[in-house]
Amino acid sequence: MIARRQLLRGAAAFACSAAAHPFLTTVTLAGSDGGNPLGDHRLVVIILRGAMDGLDVVLPKGDADFARLRPTLNRPDALDLDGFFAMNAGLGGLMPLWQAGQLGFVQAVATPYRDKRSHFSGQDQLEAGTGMDVPLTQVRDGWLNRMLQAVPGLRAETAYAVGREELRVLAGAAPVHEWAPETLLELSPQAALLLEQVYHDDPLFLAAASEAIELGAPEMMEDMAGAGGLKGVKLDDVDKLVRFAAGRLREETRIAAFSLSGWDTHKSQARGMGRALMRLERAILQLQQGLGADVWGKTTVLAMTEFGRTAAENGSGGTDHGTGGAMLVAGGAVRGGRVFGDWPGLAEAALYQRRDLMPTSDVRAWAAHAMQGMYGFDRAVLEGAVFPGLQMGGNPGLIL
Amino acid sequence: MPLTPELAAIRFGYGLPVAEGSPRTAAAMITFLAGPDEMAAAWPIAGMEVLGPLLRDNAEARRIAGKDPSQRHLYEVIEAKLAAIAEAGARATLARALDARDALRERLVTFWADHFTVVAPAPRDAARPAAMIEDAIRPNLTGPFAEMLIAVSLHPAMLIYLDQAQSIGPNSPQGQRQGRGLNENFAREVMELHTLGAGAPYSQDDVRQLAEALTGLTYDPKRGVKYDTRRAEPGAETVLGTTYEGESPETVRRVLSDLAARPETAAHLARKLAVHFVSDSPDPALVSALEAAWRQGKGALLPVYEVLLTHRAATGRTLAKARQPWDYLVAALRALGVRGADVMVWPEKKLREVVWTPMRSMGQFWRRPRGPDGWREEAAAWITPQALAARIDWAMNQPQRLARPLPDPADLARRALGDLVPEVVIWAATRAEKRSDGVGIVFASAEFNRR
Repeated sequence: MIARRQLLRGAAAFACSAAAHPFLTTVTLAGSDGGNPLGDHRLVVIILRGAMDGLDVVLPKGDADFARLRPTLNRPDALDLDGFFAMNAGLGGLMPLWQAGQLGFVQAVATPYRDKRSHFSGQDQLEAGTGMDVPLTQVRDGWLNRMLQAVPGLRAETAYAVGREELRVLAGAAPVHEWAPETLLELSPQAALLLEQVYHDDPLFLAAASEAIELGAPEMMEDMAGAGGLKGVKLDDVDKLVRFAAGRLREETRIAAFSLSGWDTHKSQARGMGRALMRLERAILQLQQGLGADVWGKTTVLAMTEFGRTAAENGSGGTDHGTGGAMLVAGGAVRGGRVFGDWPGLAEAALYQRRDLMPTSDVRAWAAHAMQGMYGFDRAVLEGAVFPGLQMGGNPGLIL
Repeated sequence: MPLTPELAAIRFGYGLPVAEGSPRTAAAMITFLAGPDEMAAAWPIAGMEVLGPLLRDNAEARRIAGKDPSQRHLYEVIEAKLAAIAEAGARATLARALDARDALRERLVTFWADHFTVVAPAPRDAARPAAMIEDAIRPNLTGPFAEMLIAVSLHPAMLIYLDQAQSIGPNSPQGQRQGRGLNENFAREVMELHTLGAGAPYSQDDVRQLAEALTGLTYDPKRGVKYDTRRAEPGAETVLGTTYEGESPETVRRVLSDLAARPETAAHLARKLAVHFVSDSPDPALVSALEAAWRQGKGALLPVYEVLLTHRAATGRTLAKARQPWDYLVAALRALGVRGADVMVWPEKKLREVVWTPMRSMGQFWRRPRGPDGWREEAAAWITPQALAARIDWAMNQPQRLARPLPDPADLARRALGDLVPEVVIWAATRAEKRSDGVGIVFASAEFNRR
């Protein structure tokens, strides 16, 4: 412990270089408290990798074509939301949030990505936040990072990319911290002390090592080793991820992103979807708990996926890569208790290419409205720099 | 001050100790580079000669399975073979780096492979980038640069990655019939990344004209790379003031050669070489000297490398660069005495645990940089808390699995850093409470992580 503190003190002189980003004209943000340029609001972005089947999360039970398209995925146990849509029972633990107006969904959303239905490209498009007019190989940063670039005077602690998975959504010129909470840097006090000496004359290594040793220390890990293993589903990695994120968000961090995978349900979806839903449910509940009522009250969680899945089940009780999907929004800052988005219907002629749910809104528009509602960004910044070429449309009232 | 053998190994190779028979002076290193490619012969990697027929058969098998799903096994067998070739290629690349007497050659191959980045994540495509290195980069390593540029630009891996295979002249017979058009992606990256550089004075119109001049150049697995006049945009194109007439592969070569010969290209590559090998903010005198050598030799690369090895600003003792994770792991394995023949027989799991997974934790996903601009150069991009934690963790825990008994930490420090070893590293390595911590401190030290 002593070694670690010494190392930290040694590093203090080199930490916290708040880089200025000349990329954009600066904007004045609503709610700045002087300490943090982004004010009190927290934004958590969860990338759901593998193409979540929106029709199996928020089931359009009231649509006349639904039962026909989904013979084994009709889910009699789904929980009614508003008389038309029902929520998959796998998210049942979130019902109290729905009732409290802290959980909502957007149906029939998509990025501008169309037709090729590739996970890799679809996720790249989602995280880049650009339109189809720019080849993805030319996009060097993600939309969440471009939002940060629009805020002067940010420190790296403002945003955390959490987990081992690369998060392109946060990649770019604005300073961002990255940490995978499963990183365990177990050093004896003596080894830590000796490393401090070895790094003494190299500020870059000294600063990085001091932070690594602080964050990776086993004692921090112990209080994260939570209960897991409900019904045989591994949850302790989700717990670690989320508790780490919550810990940071309670302090100086305002933006966090991580990803949850396991949504690529090509077969036996009736069972296969359960694991992914349980992990998503767990992530949101842990976040709520970890943040505490005050911070949760100022938080928006956006969970988004690269695209939806086919409207009809395939021959093996699953669904294939599609287009329009669903997005989950949660947190005390959102006006939940409703399913947003225009419902296009599931009649064959209403489907995209007669196969997929027709997208009626752009995922990016919802993210843009969330950013505007919480941080007060100008529409010009959101439509020009963060999501170039986006038309946000009218304010859907997503944020309280 | 001339290049010392220690600096030659650390800055321009994969570290100390060097393989037996390695060149010790700049002049000898150049002689080796001009000689035969020993490692390509020792540890072969598949080029298109091997991949081409498999890719063709695979396309055919996928076509058949598209009509009749019961035939899926046809392509599954081929794709398993393609994935195995990619794995073997990665392994052989490691073996070459460990064994090479002219480690500079392997470092230069890595540099050019990054300069001409192609990414192919799907297992069935993953052997293509290595094939491009074998077919287009290694044979052209000593120049002229135009030859390398042309070879890379005509390689399937590049034509697919930057969408050239999808670009069709809108007024060509095929463009008219299919209503399809230009894809500017490749043309833009040729100018921005491969030749002139982002700051050079070229316009969107030049990009478009180049894209039109490149139409006709395409690839499909069945017929391979070819120039298809039915896809070529008719009429002359003007790129950077020079007009190109005629729809032929000759036009493609000419326009690429002219781009290679531009002074902006010389300046861009001179700076990039200095940044990669010497310093994130290189001495302008070094950059000018490299640029002058490039222009004088009309893009011949050997004389440029010679300047890189002998310029006073490139031979100083300050280790300004951070080793990228790949360099770091190769250097550590070399220092522990691991040889190419060892890694060639390691089980896949061990290779993954010792090399590929830690490398990814250190921020470098093997052959998967984020975009065509390749890996970052700045030390600060690599020495982050997360990535340094992965390096320290590797340093403390992996060596005991690879070298038994572990070397004496102070000896290791002297052997791996030569006369560049700081007293404090020896001091700390000898005071660790166990030998593996002492070894860990050497491999975690800033000096071992820099070059």
